[in-house]
Amino acid sequence: MNFEWPWQYNFPPFFTLQPNVDTRQKQLAAWCSLVLSYCRHHKLYTLDVMEAQESPVFNNKKIERKLPVEAIQVVFEELKKKGNLEWLDKNKSRCLVMWRRPEEWGKLIYQWVSKNGMVNSVFTLYELSNGDDTESEEFHGLEEWMLLRSLQALQSDGKAEVFTMDDGKGVKFF
Amino acid sequence: MDRFSWSNGLLEINETLVIQQRGVRLYDGDEKSKLDVGVALLSTHRLIWRDIKNHECCMSMPLSQIIFFEEQAAGIGKSAKIVIHLHPSPANKEPGPLQNSKYSYIKLSFKEHGQIEFYRRLTEEMTQRRWENTPVSQPISSGTGSQSGRTRAVGIVGIERKIEEKRKETDKNISEAFEDLSKLMVKAKEMVELSRSIATKIKDKQGDITEDETIRFKSYLLSMGIANPVTRETHGSGTHYHMQLAKQLGDMLQAPLEERGGMMALTEVYCLVNRARGMELLSPEDLLNACKMFESLKLPLRLRVFDSGVMVVQLQSHSEEEMIASALDSVSEKGSLTAEELAKLLGLSVLLSKERLLLAEKMGHLCRDDSVEGLRFYINVF
Repeated sequence: MNFEWPWQYNFPPFFTLQPNVDTRQKQLAAWCSLVLSYCRHHKLYTLDVMEAQESPVFNNKKIERKLPVEAIQVVFEELKKKGNLEWLDKNKSRCLVMWRRPEEWGKLIYQWVSKNGMVNSVFTLYELSNGDDTESEEFHGLEEWMLLRSLQALQSDGKAEVFTMDDGKGVKFF
Repeated sequence: MDRFSWSNGLLEINETLVIQQRGVRLYDGDEKSKLDVGVALLSTHRLIWRDIKNHECCMSMPLSQIIFFEEQAAGIGKSAKIVIHLHPSPANKEPGPLQNSKYSYIKLSFKEHGQIEFYRRLTEEMTQRRWENTPVSQPISSGTGSQSGRTRAVGIVGIERKIEEKRKETDKNISEAFEDLSKLMVKAKEMVELSRSIATKIKDKQGDITEDETIRFKSYLLSMGIANPVTRETHGSGTHYHMQLAKQLGDMLQAPLEERGGMMALTEVYCLVNRARGMELLSPEDLLNACKMFESLKLPLRLRVFDSGVMVVQLQSHSEEEMIASALDSVSEKGSLTAEELAKLLGLSVLLSKERLLLAEKMGHLCRDDSVEGLRFYINVF
């Protein structure tokens, strides 16, 4: 399915960081949702800032506009504030993009678990993300670090417990 | 001319050069001497003559030898001269170009002019008689009675000595030239002090002196470049001058402002006003101070400063909303506009149209697109 660009993507001022505070807030909100939906569509979990400059998200060749790198940083900071992004290094050159927050994933997983009556059972992480049973689920194919965080979020909610086994990690749902 | 002695032309320690003049010919009495192309130098102690072509031919005479002197005006084919009457030579006089002369006076003929100044300086020196205060030893001449009276030096030493002489002379010339300037500076300082004291007196005794005189005096000070302490301190309450000026501007600027849509940059106002005045031009400071008084004088004009620092004069009746609305109309009609395009559309200056767009952006009606193509404004649809 082709990714659908939002209307702002073809609006040249979208690629200039607006000085007017109110305008800027709306602009940043639009950027955040664009980045997240793009990552979700392409199942991207990490972004490299340098590479991102050339990616079609920030670079619309059709209208010949590019979001300058300082503005990209601002967008990423905004995402971090919202909890959708985490920096992988101190220099802020790579980041994890959580187009769904861990809590949201956790909720989804738990819903599936309880819907199928599998509360109180134990799963390996691999089973959850790559098992045949979960193929139709959104969280199928979720990268391990993301899965782990989601389960940890459930854990702090008291709905699950993560433990380490010989060849990996597992989780029990309550 | 037998009063001259051979000399090396070097000045002694306490001796200073007063003036020198080229193109001077020496006359022994009324007779032209062979010494016809030279430089005459007057020092505090001596009168020196040096041949231009042969620098080693140099002679001097102490000023004490001079009894009196007079000018001889130029005639047809004759240069102006100074006739110098002399005392008889002292017994211990050093040998010079002439052993005995039947004349007791000489003439300096100024073929390249300069006699007036020379005469004046000679008079000065003869009046001051500085040589009496600071005696110098007689310059030493060479043992031989030959033409060159200089301590003949050959080779490098001689060249060095010549260079040294030249340098000393240049130094003397330069300090001579600047002497006048430093005198002028001293006088100017006195003037500044005087005017400053008067200005403070005016400040203290406001009321004793009439307004007109005060204004006139202030304008004198201003024209001399001295900032008037009175206007600076009291500009808030406004001086009479600025108030009058503000009223004048109010009348003058009505028509041009209306032509230009109610707003003009202060620089435009400055040019317009001064072009109209022709004489008695306004300084930017005066214009600014006058404009600041528009509101307090209840004139229909206002001075307005934008965020970017641009200052404009606008009609009070001029409406902000109308301006913005017209700008927005233009932008939505064309989709997007740059400052230059808007300026062309509305017949404004680029500066003012940019201010208008920025203002609309500030109010949230427009958003900007900043790229290598330039700065464009769109209607804000975020």
